[in-house]
Amino acid sequence: MSESKPKVAFYWCSSCGGCEESIVDLGADILKVVAAVDIVYWPVALDFKKKDLEAMPDGSIAVSFINGGIRMSEQEEMAHLLRRKSGLIVAHGACAHLGGIPGLANFWNKSTIFRKVYHTTVSTDNPAGTEPALKSTVDGHELTLPEFWDTVHPLDDIIDVDYYLPGCAPHRDLIINAVTAILEGKLPPKGAVLAPNKSCCDDCDRNDTKPEKLTIKEIKRPHEVLLDPKTCFLAQGVICMGPATRGGCGERCIHGNMPCRGCMGPSDQVRDQGAKFLSAFASLLDASDEKEVERLVDSIVDPAGTFYRFSLPSSILRRKKMEAIQ
Amino acid sequence: MSQESFEPRLVGFLCTWCSYTGADLAGTARMTYPSNLRIIRVMCSGRVDPQFVLKAFEEGADGVLISGCHPGDCHYQEGNIKALRRHRLLSRVLEQMGIEKKRFRLEWVSASEGIKFQQVCQEFTEQVRALGPLNLNGHGGNSHE
Repeated sequence: MSESKPKVAFYWCSSCGGCEESIVDLGADILKVVAAVDIVYWPVALDFKKKDLEAMPDGSIAVSFINGGIRMSEQEEMAHLLRRKSGLIVAHGACAHLGGIPGLANFWNKSTIFRKVYHTTVSTDNPAGTEPALKSTVDGHELTLPEFWDTVHPLDDIIDVDYYLPGCAPHRDLIINAVTAILEGKLPPKGAVLAPNKSCCDDCDRNDTKPEKLTIKEIKRPHEVLLDPKTCFLAQGVICMGPATRGGCGERCIHGNMPCRGCMGPSDQVRDQGAKFLSAFASLLDASDEKEVERLVDSIVDPAGTFYRFSLPSSILRRKKMEAIQ
Repeated sequence: MSQESFEPRLVGFLCTWCSYTGADLAGTARMTYPSNLRIIRVMCSGRVDPQFVLKAFEEGADGVLISGCHPGDCHYQEGNIKALRRHRLLSRVLEQMGIEKKRFRLEWVSASEGIKFQQVCQEFTEQVRALGPLNLNGHGGNSHE
């Protein structure tokens, strides 16, 4: 290992592993990255331990890519440790950026999640009713577990974040561009999302099929209709988050004939992606009297979960009100 | 906190053409109504971005009112109808977030309906008073304790 190469770390928190996969998916390009940097910490792929990280001088890692939201005390501790050791922190992927799919747990809290997972699912076999405990003794050994929180947080709730690499998982071009910009020192101002600041619709192949005046008479879910592979999803009555979602994702969902679900988060001008989409979508509904508006609105199965599929923990309200959870 | 001592903090987005003028009429006619509603004048009820409503709740509002022209009377043809669609959809989202539907109200008040504005203020204040403080993220309503 050469001393002159910049040091890079990868870490995962509350995530699925897809963002780790997005690094491996760079394919041959990963070799260029490996040639240019020293990877000094990457628990999913390389055998470094926490003590190795602790032994490094503060600020000695050029950049740490952290994926996943923060929902446990151990993730908080690791995020702070990496922050101390790193010059730059990049929130890698939708979960670190916005909270992501695991952030939908913010419709519940610790006790309701534990009740479901450890007691009431049909596949749970737990006659003693055991739940994870911070400390337990097994055969004379004291075992500890991290604390599970009520709320999932995006990474920037916990530590200072320098850049955001959006997407679930981020598109390879965005990762390559980010790494190149870091290596060449051509970074945008701190706090930037490293992706184009335009909507998903801007790049969409189906843009030409969008009618002059888009209206929705009936709202359909993707499994209820045979989706035309060329027509704008909204024109087919299917909820597509494209208008309120940042582009640059490579439109992999659209090319797979599925509507945008919003993983790239909002563009720079928008604070709350779900509210902004709600605003755009409601105005398309082809109904003017109260009864018809209500019938259409009530036909959406899970509006909050759909509009905030990836962004609930970073939205204005952040979570369901604790006192309202049964 | 007893319900009598709780003064709900209400935010009202009123369109400049009908509802704000209606509220102005209530004032110039010296009608009395509760002082709980903080009025924000907007060009049209259709200008009220759902983000404004969420921001109001986040910053401590116990209730939010949007008031515009009656259907058919919108200065911009159908801005109020867009407000209607957004109100119904946002109400469902708020309910999923644990915020009661009764805390978010849409009303049509014309420029000549000072009396209706007075009634809406009275009703909405009492309705939210009965629900109690929203207490979102630890924010409380105005307490006289």
